[in-house]
Amino acid sequence: MNESQQTDHWLARPATIKLLWRIFIAVLVVLVLVQAFIYIKGYFGVDGWFGFGAVFGFLSCLAMVLVAKGLGFVLKRPADYYDEGERDV
Amino acid sequence: MFELIPPAIFMIVAALLIGPARGHLRTAIVLAAPLITLWFIWQVPNGVAYDIAFLDYRIEPLEGSEVRRLFATIFAFMAFVGGLYAYRQARWYELSSAYAYAAGAIGVSFAGDLITLFLYWELMALFSTVVVWCGGTPEARRAGVRYAIMHLLGGVILKVGIEGVVVHTGSIDVQPMLATNFDTWMILTGILINAAAPPVSAWLADSYPTSSATGSVFLSAFTTKTAVLALILLFPGESVLIGIGLFMVMYGIIYALLENDIRRILAYSIVNQVGFMVVAIGIGTHMALNGAAAHAFAHIIYKALLFMSAGVVVYRTGFNRCTEVGGLFRTMPLTAICGIIGALAISGFPLTSGFTTKTMISQAAADESLVVVYMLLAAASAGVFLHAGIKFPWFVFFQRDSGLRPKDAPWNMGAAMVIFSVLCILLGVAPELLYRFLPYPVEYEAYTPGKVLFYLQLLMFSGLAFFLLLPLMKRTETISLDTDWLWRIVLFKLAVRLFRLASAGGSAVSNTARTTLFQLRNIAQRYLGTSRHEPRPGVFTRAWPIGVTALWIAVLLTAYVLVYYF
Repeated sequence: MNESQQTDHWLARPATIKLLWRIFIAVLVVLVLVQAFIYIKGYFGVDGWFGFGAVFGFLSCLAMVLVAKGLGFVLKRPADYYDEGERDV
Repeated sequence: MFELIPPAIFMIVAALLIGPARGHLRTAIVLAAPLITLWFIWQVPNGVAYDIAFLDYRIEPLEGSEVRRLFATIFAFMAFVGGLYAYRQARWYELSSAYAYAAGAIGVSFAGDLITLFLYWELMALFSTVVVWCGGTPEARRAGVRYAIMHLLGGVILKVGIEGVVVHTGSIDVQPMLATNFDTWMILTGILINAAAPPVSAWLADSYPTSSATGSVFLSAFTTKTAVLALILLFPGESVLIGIGLFMVMYGIIYALLENDIRRILAYSIVNQVGFMVVAIGIGTHMALNGAAAHAFAHIIYKALLFMSAGVVVYRTGFNRCTEVGGLFRTMPLTAICGIIGALAISGFPLTSGFTTKTMISQAAADESLVVVYMLLAAASAGVFLHAGIKFPWFVFFQRDSGLRPKDAPWNMGAAMVIFSVLCILLGVAPELLYRFLPYPVEYEAYTPGKVLFYLQLLMFSGLAFFLLLPLMKRTETISLDTDWLWRIVLFKLAVRLFRLASAGGSAVSNTARTTLFQLRNIAQRYLGTSRHEPRPGVFTRAWPIGVTALWIAVLLTAYVLVYYF
């Protein structure tokens, strides 16, 4: 197991993935903190709040994924759904 | 002299020559024709070049303006890079119909009157159907039929509108109008069908992914973007478009999130991106229309790039679904990198063409104080990163190791991807290159520190959301129902019922007919008999004695004399 991980592409190794996560989180933190120095012009007031872009981006994605998940229960069908429908002549 | 030649002609001639030509000559035609067309596009002067008398109308086959040239330019360039991508892998008839299809798009771009516009519009419908059919599978054949029905129907609706406008206003000019009466609503509806607007958005995701690996690259570029151009020319500032566009934006994201087929994810994101442009046209200010045109230009490039990247995967592995691939970055680094560049561009990441064009539309919404529109567009930008920006490269090139070790792209496909990747970044780094050619003077600064920071926050935290919510986005072997369920299942079953009812009625009628015929035959046999030699012949075929015959003749003659006398 360990050997196969060593021979795999460097990008797929657990150590690399761990490092990438750390860098990613550091970038996220910096992006919010740096707003203390860079002024974001809010067109409607609220969008100029501290960290608004971060919270809004995260929450809208959460909302969209949940809506998609919910609709999926109603809309999802097996991949051959229409084939069966069209064969039924 | 040169400025009088409609540039679309060259693409039509090329489409005709690709078939008979062979080998290097065919390659030369495929690669040279779009470039020649491009040169002629830039010779077209502003305004109506000339008109021709046709029946009672003045046809204007060639009318130039900044926005028309801009769209024609990207259509021709798209044909060139698409031709480079496809010419070694695609069949000749796919290339030929793709070029005729591109000719239709370029023709629409310069159409000065509604009749010319309609003719090129139908040219596109016909040859794009052939491109879908070139997928070659039974699914492609069926999807192509549905695609053709939808577009011919759209064409009829458009034609009804055009006839109405011609009869009621007497003008066939392509000029701004608003959807105020039946005629203009019909024109708007006809165009919106091609833009994949609700409730018929399903045609796009139904047909494009069934085409060949090369065909979907061409399909992604022309139909929806000519519809965007037609909307810019005919319905700028038509406020109903804002709502329609916002619906398309959200529809594209939700359906792409549910989808498993690689190219169908990209197809849904076409609807999403065209939604941004439709919103912009609905806002209708100079900033908004500049944004719509610029975004269409950038969109054709990065969307084709994404379809090229997906096309290479389909071409090399033969697989279409996220659940079948994964971990392909190991042996397909070029395809993966180009796919990622396209994905970043569609997400509007800073330093890509998506950022410098899409933010113009958001800016236009902010300038008009459309707070809901602005916020929904911002949410949608985050959603684009979610469904296309990360989802596409993640599930195709990373995710798990599928064990597949396909070769990277053939050199021509790779070259096409590199050209478009460079353009995605070039237009992101130096947006003035594009801004110079927009329809109105651009007073817009793409890169301010605050704006860059806002979008980086928005996008990076959507990225966080993606990886945290991955368990919720597990790929399943499913498709998602759409409005086309109404005609593919409900209408189909109704038709089957009606058919059965009709055939039941028909067999009842034929049963009655059979009984009646049987009875008639019995009567006939009784009097005429069936054959001279059978034991009991019919009444009229028996051999009567001569005396009886003479008696009957005498009776008849007497009766005749009596009738004559009285």
